Amino acid sequence: MFIVDYIKDIYGAIRSLLVGMNRTGYYFTHHKEIITQNYPENRLELNLPERFRGEVVMTHDENNEHACTGCSACELACPNGTIKIINKFDISPEGKKKKAIDTFVYHLELCTMCNLCVDACPTGAIKMAQTFEHSVYNRGLLTKQLNKPGSKLKAGVE
Amino acid sequence: MVEEIGKTVEGDLIINVGPQHPATHGVLHLVLTLNGETIKKVEPHLGYIHRSIEKMCESLSYRQFIYSTSRMDYLSAHINNHACALCVEKGLGIEVPARAQVIRVLMDELTRIASHELWWGAMAMDLGAFTPFFHAFRERETINDIMEETCGARLTMNYNVPGGVMADLHPNFQERVKNFLKLYKLKIHEYDELVTGNIIFQNRMKGVGYLSKEDAISYGVTGPAARGSGVSSDIRKLYPYEIYKQLEFDEILETEGDSFARYMVRLREMNESIKIIEQLIDNIPDGDFQAKTKAVLKLPKGEFYQRVETARGELGVYIVSEGGTTPYRIKFRSPGFSNLSALDHMARGGKIGDLVATMGTLDLVIPDIDR
Amino acid sequence: MFSLESITTIVQNWLTKTFSPNLALFFEFVIVGVLAIALFAALGLVLVLMERKVAAWIQIRLGPNRVGPKGILQSLADTVKLIMKEGLTPDGSDKFLFNLAPFIVMMVAMLALAPIGFSKGFHIWDINIGVLYVSAISSVSVIGILMAGWASNNKYSLLGAMRSGAQMVSYELSVGLCILSIIVLTGSLSLNDIVLSQQNGWWLFKGHIPAIISFVIFIIAVTAETNRAPFDLSEAESELTAGFHTEYSGMKFALFFLAEYINIFIVCAIGATLFLGGWMPFHLGTWEGFNHIMDYIPSFIWFFGKTFFLIFVIMWFRWTFPRLRVDQLLNLEWKYLLPISMVNLVIMTLVAIQGWHF
Repeated sequence: MFIVDYIKDIYGAIRSLLVGMNRTGYYFTHHKEIITQNYPENRLELNLPERFRGEVVMTHDENNEHACTGCSACELACPNGTIKIINKFDISPEGKKKKAIDTFVYHLELCTMCNLCVDACPTGAIKMAQTFEHSVYNRGLLTKQLNKPGSKLKAGVE
Repeated sequence: MVEEIGKTVEGDLIINVGPQHPATHGVLHLVLTLNGETIKKVEPHLGYIHRSIEKMCESLSYRQFIYSTSRMDYLSAHINNHACALCVEKGLGIEVPARAQVIRVLMDELTRIASHELWWGAMAMDLGAFTPFFHAFRERETINDIMEETCGARLTMNYNVPGGVMADLHPNFQERVKNFLKLYKLKIHEYDELVTGNIIFQNRMKGVGYLSKEDAISYGVTGPAARGSGVSSDIRKLYPYEIYKQLEFDEILETEGDSFARYMVRLREMNESIKIIEQLIDNIPDGDFQAKTKAVLKLPKGEFYQRVETARGELGVYIVSEGGTTPYRIKFRSPGFSNLSALDHMARGGKIGDLVATMGTLDLVIPDIDR
Repeated sequence: MFSLESITTIVQNWLTKTFSPNLALFFEFVIVGVLAIALFAALGLVLVLMERKVAAWIQIRLGPNRVGPKGILQSLADTVKLIMKEGLTPDGSDKFLFNLAPFIVMMVAMLALAPIGFSKGFHIWDINIGVLYVSAISSVSVIGILMAGWASNNKYSLLGAMRSGAQMVSYELSVGLCILSIIVLTGSLSLNDIVLSQQNGWWLFKGHIPAIISFVIFIIAVTAETNRAPFDLSEAESELTAGFHTEYSGMKFALFFLAEYINIFIVCAIGATLFLGGWMPFHLGTWEGFNHIMDYIPSFIWFFGKTFFLIFVIMWFRWTFPRLRVDQLLNLEWKYLLPISMVNLVIMTLVAIQGWHF
């Protein structure tokens, strides 16, 4: 019968709509389901996993010593030319010339956080930091020097 | 523009949809020829975000070029990287450790679910329902958190390296994946309540954007879009790579060929991916996560091709090597490009609303098309 | 019991005593105008915030929570932003019509406010053809939308305006028939009489199933008439970017935006008046105590409560359903809503003649 089908159609349609409204109505009344985080307020509780890649940093110990030998493996591994290593020659107490790092230039604005430089580093001198708030007003600030001024190579690292 | 379209007659309405338009999820540029509301012709114009990734790859070493493929189909970035890594391994003849294979497949399937979740939300948003988008993101965030913890990034993880994966699984990985499976099973029925069963949605999707089996094959459509037309095209079944041969899962086929069939294929495919993850999550073999490789990789002279099944279809990586440290030529066969080519055929004769629905079910990711 | 009627009487008496009749009438005009504009501003701010909060909670988000305590000043901040923005008039547009359209839409919304009874004895104009007046005035707003779409010289706008025209003209019919089915029960077109006829119960309950059916159809049809999702084809964000107001910016856009919400308020007020008893308190048969308590709640709270409930229902629709396609939209009207409401009207007439209603 045409009329019966017609009414069945309408019944099915309204039912399907009410099922959807029931679902959204549930979320409207159950505020504990809300998943939004209040970002700047929760900054202190923000726990980023230790593998999160936010920025390349060079680890320095308390004596202001790092493990970078200036071997340029990271520079070669980087696909974007993010890293530029400028070396100098230190004269060791024995009078030998020794290659050492002068400036580790890191262009954060070019970096895609692919982790290849960290993977390539033979001495574990650089690692990924968990910072992610990189916005600055001047683009020049994104070009960073990773080795701290006055720092020198840790003893025993070749 | 007018000469290019050629067949336009006086009184046709020509509309540029895109490059910036809310319906195209990115920067696809479509030139529509309309007769009132009815579509006479759809002409996609590409090139708005062409970054020449293929050319860039030629100057990068075999370790480096993998990261840039994350930027093609950013929603299945891990699967893209997987394809490149597989192709390089094929050239080098490296045997990937069993643990690395399982990790890769697990991540692939997680990526696939994340991609389909986003597609589901975006699809509903195309049709004017905003709420599902946020509900889909709830589950997707869980996957992204898992990715962040193990791979170090949420979207462009760059976790694959030639010979295995970059780092071992995080100790929390299994527990978190199990939590995700629980959440997924708890929430999946809402997808039916909110969208699939909705009468308005069904009317918008059924019989819209029809693609016959023959047309799907001749346009080179792959992935869920082809399986909605009944074309068996799952690379995981047809040309199994890694450990897919040993896994139990079904290839989802629907035969209607309309938008609703393609929609159902993707929804059911998520359940298959869940099945794969459940099989693997407790059976991750011990061992190395990376095979020993040389510091500088050199592929032997020759041509190498590897295809994988991404969330959108078949991705092919073709490397021509001259024996050096960088590829001589790289070509990606991206699924989105071929799928887009069928859009004109599917949308003709429909309304503007149908075009949006059809485009949604093709699940286009524009950087994948333009590369 | 607190009532707005006493205030209006005091003002009226004072004005007529102090000034000549013409001047008194003029001052009444001014007062009514100021009150109407104040109501508009307040409604705009409240409804926009309400929409955003409803949307946020349905979408498991928090919603606006930055400007002011709990984000209640958010819509004020938005208004300031819109006032500061440049109102662009695109080259090649029909400048006169382009600038006129938002005002027409806004004026229509204002005019339709006149016969609505906000509280006991508190309405601008108790006209004896109130219902007819509202439905006549609200059909004018389609002209404003068509004007906006045409004058923008934009293809998206034009398509949106054409869709909107077809949509509003056809859904007007079912709205009219639904209103008629209540009119046959009350026998009066005056909104005040309709409210008074519901003293012993609302028509939604007194009119049996036909009243419920016409209430449902009324809600669906007015959702379509105000261009709200799932019938927001004239704006259809994912198809036509923003439909008829694609080219509008700044305050002119704000007028369209405001008019949309005012229209929702008006149609919901009409719905509340016709089906839910307007400012009439909720009474239950012979429960004297209960009825007495209900009487203590001021009548304007009843009116606004019912209206805002209906507004919430319409918002609930918007954040749940996908959009219809343009042909399905017209199918729904001509194949489902119109026939059903016609049959419903016949049944309702039978009910009214036989006196089967309570």
